[in-house]
Amino acid sequence: MKSSRPIKDFLAEAEDILESANQALLSLEAEQSAGGGINPDVLNALFRSVHSFKGLAGMFGLKEPHDLSHKLESLLGELRLGKVTPGREVLDVLFDAIALLGRLVQQAGKNQPLESITAPLVRIEEVLRIKSSASASDRPLSDQIILDQSILQVLTEYEEHRLRECIRERKKLFLLKAQFDFSSFESEIKDLNATLKKWGEIICTLPIAGGGNGIGFAIVVGTREGRETLASSISAPNLIIDPIAYVEGQKAEPARAEAGALKSVSNTVRVDIYKLDSLMNIVGEMHLIKNIIGRITRELRAEQGLAVLSTDLHKAHRSLERKLNELQEGILEVRMVPIGQIFTRLAQVVRKYARDAGKEIDLQLFGEETELDKLMIEDLSDPLMHLIRNAIDHGIEPPDVRCRLGKPAQGIVKLSAFPKGNHVVIEVSDDGAGMDPALIMSKAVESGVLKTDHGLDVERDRKEILDLIFLPGFSTREVVTEISGRGVGMDVVKRNVSKLSGMIDVQTELGAGSVFTLTLPITLAIIKALVIESGGQVFAIPLSSVLEILQTAAGEIETIEGREVMAVRDETVPLLRLTSVFNLPADQTRSSFYVILVGLAERRMGIIVDSLRDQQEIVIKPLGKRLAETQGVAGATELGDKRGVVLVLDVESLIEGTLRKAIAAAI
Amino acid sequence: MKNVLIVEDSKAIRSMIRMSLEEAGGFFAVEAGNGFEALRTLPTRSFDLIITDINMPDINGLELIGYVKSNPTYRDIPLVIVSTEKTEADKKRGMALGAAGYVEKPFKKEALITVVAKALAGK
Repeated sequence: MKSSRPIKDFLAEAEDILESANQALLSLEAEQSAGGGINPDVLNALFRSVHSFKGLAGMFGLKEPHDLSHKLESLLGELRLGKVTPGREVLDVLFDAIALLGRLVQQAGKNQPLESITAPLVRIEEVLRIKSSASASDRPLSDQIILDQSILQVLTEYEEHRLRECIRERKKLFLLKAQFDFSSFESEIKDLNATLKKWGEIICTLPIAGGGNGIGFAIVVGTREGRETLASSISAPNLIIDPIAYVEGQKAEPARAEAGALKSVSNTVRVDIYKLDSLMNIVGEMHLIKNIIGRITRELRAEQGLAVLSTDLHKAHRSLERKLNELQEGILEVRMVPIGQIFTRLAQVVRKYARDAGKEIDLQLFGEETELDKLMIEDLSDPLMHLIRNAIDHGIEPPDVRCRLGKPAQGIVKLSAFPKGNHVVIEVSDDGAGMDPALIMSKAVESGVLKTDHGLDVERDRKEILDLIFLPGFSTREVVTEISGRGVGMDVVKRNVSKLSGMIDVQTELGAGSVFTLTLPITLAIIKALVIESGGQVFAIPLSSVLEILQTAAGEIETIEGREVMAVRDETVPLLRLTSVFNLPADQTRSSFYVILVGLAERRMGIIVDSLRDQQEIVIKPLGKRLAETQGVAGATELGDKRGVVLVLDVESLIEGTLRKAIAAAI
Repeated sequence: MKNVLIVEDSKAIRSMIRMSLEEAGGFFAVEAGNGFEALRTLPTRSFDLIITDINMPDINGLELIGYVKSNPTYRDIPLVIVSTEKTEADKKRGMALGAAGYVEKPFKKEALITVVAKALAGK
């Protein structure tokens, strides 16, 4: 249909559309060369521009612009549905096609013959043919998330695709509802959406009938942020932010459909971990209150004539304590997830990594069902990835070398987890080349972390030497390849692990492989702590790091080369005085102390304290930014009595400092 | 006179639809350039018909249809989709949501009027 409408109407709008298409295309290119993923919003804007152009050209009966934009729309449609990958070649095709559309518009405007579009059409067709066969899961959305049908059914194919993408990436989904006044809703909802886009992706904006002179909107957002972040950064009248729950696992067969037709089939809810954190904080505070009641009970007992009352109160106090413990255990249990969650993720990367490194790897997983705090699991994936990459890169030898050594061509990397008391132990081991202590030592000297006259003995000080690989600045790239550690590396791994109150240990045998052992508390949310006093100051020590408490007379402490040590059974253990770490007044006349033996395996140390107070459940609160890097302190906690806020010791970093000084002293 | 709301982000196409209706006679058309404008325009008069595009910024046609159909005040206003969607998917969704008819762009004047008349007659 050749329209009688003046061509200038077409020209003005067509040029506007192509202008914004060009801008979208340029920012796509910029994003891609910056290495970032494609922003779906920008891609969608580009799609919409071309789509509008096509509609426009069609209405004005302009065949070539219509046909080209039609084909281009197909390509963009596949791109935004993730069926074609936007590589360099695709971008080139897009740029050329948009430029050609621009020329066609010019030619149409000047009533000139239009240029041929045959070649560009063929090129787009070629790109379309190599589309990936990535088949997205077609499971109905209602099987995957719990979202009202009234919202699911208004999603366009594209919105549905984006939602599926968010689900595939396990992003957090939220349903926001807000009510606006009819007179101003437009600017308000635009502001709201603009803010939301900073935090995530808006899947859809659905207007809903509002009461009176208002209008409501339901917005589905996919994001990596938690609810708190959204809630604190946006404001809108009557704003409700509801997490959209995932339906976990496979839906059970609807065996008794007639009975449960209206009921949700799944019995699981998905809860934001921060909600559990705040519950845990409340439990922590209730423990404080419980302790106060305990103190009042003790004080009452001493009062004349209140004995009966005090006994009753004591009983109530005990049952409060029991129930509180049950509550706490219940919340902890909810936080626990099987560690297999990251194992699977790691396994995927291993395959790719082994291929890139030209190694043959058999990744063996053990103990996937071992449970660990959800937040810790997230923080563990980086250090574990690092250890595994080390094992593949530098531990496992290339297949030909292995064959020469009489080993099977395929190297084994083993990732295993198992519970051990209040801890979880994770081991990353390989049957590769292992590390040579002599080499580590010479490289440590070379990179300046160990003095030339260190006096360490390869046999006697094997442990200390292996620990050198965890020192910052130890490794350089050359060093690394030879001794199976990566350039930037082990010190970061160690730091991450000790942030989780965990410890890392290494064992190795030249030619047979290495084992890295991570020992972690099962949760950081609430821990048992030993409350002690030293130099008039009260401290809490996580009980999970305490091995033994010894009552010690001053005479049992010896000084070797300026360092205080003590014999514990057959072993000499370095000692640390909190008074000297924190510059507290030391009571020189004291003749007996307690030595708190902390650490793991051979990495042990005694902390000298004046007196022991009690054991208590504590919730560790982080110190403010300015104090966050303070050596030896993990955080602060409230004890709920007159002692107020006390510091919680970071045992791992204290051991670190002491052992390093011990090595320095030995030098 | 039948009051018609035209929701379409292309100005040229929007006025083309309006002129087609006016030429056919018996229609008073109000234009909205996007979904938000449509939401603002809806309460301003008693509309007999809504013609909407699907692919629009901010609020798309399906979301607009969802809103109209879930709102007791507007529920009974017939909706006609005018869209270039070559993929059937979104057209089907629109019809499932309760749209009365569908016109594919580029459309002939007569085809548009036929679908509009059917929608108004409730067929």
